[in-house]
Amino acid sequence: MITLGDYLVVSAFLFTIGLAGVMLRRNLIVILMSLELMLNAANLSLVAFSRFRVGVDGLPDYNAQVFVFFVITVAAAEVAVGLALLVALYRARQTTDVGDITSLKF
Amino acid sequence: MNSFYPWLILLTPFASATVITLFTLRWKPLSSAISIAAVLVSFCCSCLVFAQSATSAPAFVWLDVPPIFRVPFGLTLDQLSRTMAVLVSGVGALIHIYSLGYMRDDEGKSRYFAALSLFMFAMLGIVFANNFVMLFIFWELVGFTSYVLIGHWFFRGAAAAAANKAFITTRIGDFGFMIGILMIWMTTGSVVFAEITPRMPMFGGHTTFVAIVALLIFCGAVGKSAQFPLHVWLPDAMEGPTPVSALIHAATMVAAGVYMLVRVAFIIQASQTALLIVAWIGTITAVMAALIATQQDDIKRILAYSTLSQLGYMVMAVGLASNEAAVFHLFTHAFFKALLFLAAGSVIVMLHHEQDIWKMGGLRQRLPITFATFGAGALALIGCPPFSGFFSKDAILAVEYEHNPPIFAVGLFTAFLTAFYVMRMLVIVFFGNPRSDSAREGRESPPVMTMPLIVLAVLATLGGFAFFARNFLALPTEKAVFVPVLAIIALIVGVGLAIALYRGRATEPVKVELLRRKFYFDEFYGWLIYWTQDLLARVAAFIDRWVIDAGAVGGSSRGTWGIGALLRLIQVGNLQAYAFLFGLGVVALIYFAVMR
Repeated sequence: MITLGDYLVVSAFLFTIGLAGVMLRRNLIVILMSLELMLNAANLSLVAFSRFRVGVDGLPDYNAQVFVFFVITVAAAEVAVGLALLVALYRARQTTDVGDITSLKF
Repeated sequence: MNSFYPWLILLTPFASATVITLFTLRWKPLSSAISIAAVLVSFCCSCLVFAQSATSAPAFVWLDVPPIFRVPFGLTLDQLSRTMAVLVSGVGALIHIYSLGYMRDDEGKSRYFAALSLFMFAMLGIVFANNFVMLFIFWELVGFTSYVLIGHWFFRGAAAAAANKAFITTRIGDFGFMIGILMIWMTTGSVVFAEITPRMPMFGGHTTFVAIVALLIFCGAVGKSAQFPLHVWLPDAMEGPTPVSALIHAATMVAAGVYMLVRVAFIIQASQTALLIVAWIGTITAVMAALIATQQDDIKRILAYSTLSQLGYMVMAVGLASNEAAVFHLFTHAFFKALLFLAAGSVIVMLHHEQDIWKMGGLRQRLPITFATFGAGALALIGCPPFSGFFSKDAILAVEYEHNPPIFAVGLFTAFLTAFYVMRMLVIVFFGNPRSDSAREGRESPPVMTMPLIVLAVLATLGGFAFFARNFLALPTEKAVFVPVLAIIALIVGVGLAIALYRGRATEPVKVELLRRKFYFDEFYGWLIYWTQDLLARVAAFIDRWVIDAGAVGGSSRGTWGIGALLRLIQVGNLQAYAFLFGLGVVALIYFAVMR
């Protein structure tokens, strides 16, 4: 029997992998992918919560699932904007390495 | 209709000053004509008011804060103020006319006449004021016009500095005056002279309090009448045009202090201590100024110190509770001192603004009218018997002899000194040989200047005859016969000594540095200000510069800047460092939100 805890553990793993990717990888494309991973980890936990929170009528709580759709939509928009920025950045600087992009400081 | 004449006296000069300042500054002859017409109207009305023994002027309430504070705007029309108004407007009119000649080619003629008119307004306001608030306002207005007129030639540094000095020095006295007025108002609840008089018993047995009030009010007179220790401004005020020196700094404004003392004599006479101090201040001023005058080289400064000395006599008389003698001397002094200044002005103009008496000499042939009138003024000043000064000075000396022998001795010594320095000036300026080219070529002044001289000379000569004076004022009756005898002996000794010492001299034979430097008063005040006011100013400047500027203002700006500099070290530009900090922040938030 797969319990809520199992789902949450997987979700936490996914989130941690995403966070580590954001923090440690140098390539902006990989960082963007890691961000998506973190969003999907959150989605997974939301769906798990929805599935395991059954009301008196025997149906799951759909609020969380609706929320997940919104997250997916936003993530799609974010990827579009993020990739556009990335392409623009690459055209300007010929690099996608965060170590080379350090203009934003004093 | 008659009751409006007093207001007319006061308001015509004011209207003239307003019209000149607002409209006719560009037309100099018109401005001077307006000003002279105004002062003549004022003089005629004064004479009319003087002739009618019982006049009353309509008064109105100016400030009314019931029930504690009420300032009417009314006129005092007693014997004293009516006589004083005739004197002020009469001498004023003569000096206005004389100014036409003296200020002939001056650039600022309109400004000059506007200021003269404003001065007449303010001075007549002092004369007619029937309460302390009105008196104080006109008092300050007179100080302001004096400032403007001393600094008439403001492009000369010395004149500008003298104007400042006069204004600031008199302000010191006026501050005491104001406190005195407030104390009187606190005690009696009124500022009107006529209402205070019956309320004087309210002071009760508080002799010290009365003495303090009286002396604070006397402070105003000390400043305005240039008494010791605030006398330093008057000699410097001679930087102004000579007619101004004659009108303001000899005949009228400086006498306003004495007039005010006489007006409020009921307060000063309520305290014996105050009377004694007033008398001694007058005595010290009289003898000190006379001593300084014996060693000065500038003709106007000699006259200025002689003014100080004579004002000292008047204050002395007030201090001995003899207002009649003080007022009598005020009147005769106004005539002969205005005359002396105007005659000196005539000399100065004809010698192309030369004021050093050692560059004059032998002027009696070149300037006969000036010489004759100056001589009459000089004889009146030293108190030679037929001239006016004799009677008035004699009246004061008689009072001194009666009440206070030590003061009498000093007064007599001052009379001797007066005779000495006046004769010294007369001998050096008008006798002997001319000692400069301008003195050899000088010509007599035009009639517009000599006419006022002649009128004033007649007044200075005749003004003292007892019958003439008795019609105006009640004189103290002569008691001691040998007082005038002693005075005449002092006079003869002084004159003889001066002639013996200065006849035929071309340079100063005796030099007394202490007197030439005016007892080092200016140096002493400079030192005093350096160690008190300047020290305080330096401490304040230090606090301002280092505590407020550098500490509070600079400190907060530098503090903000420093914290900013520290914080921007965090802005490393590394995306992952930001992400890490962001994550750390989220963890911290969750910790505080959930765990606590």
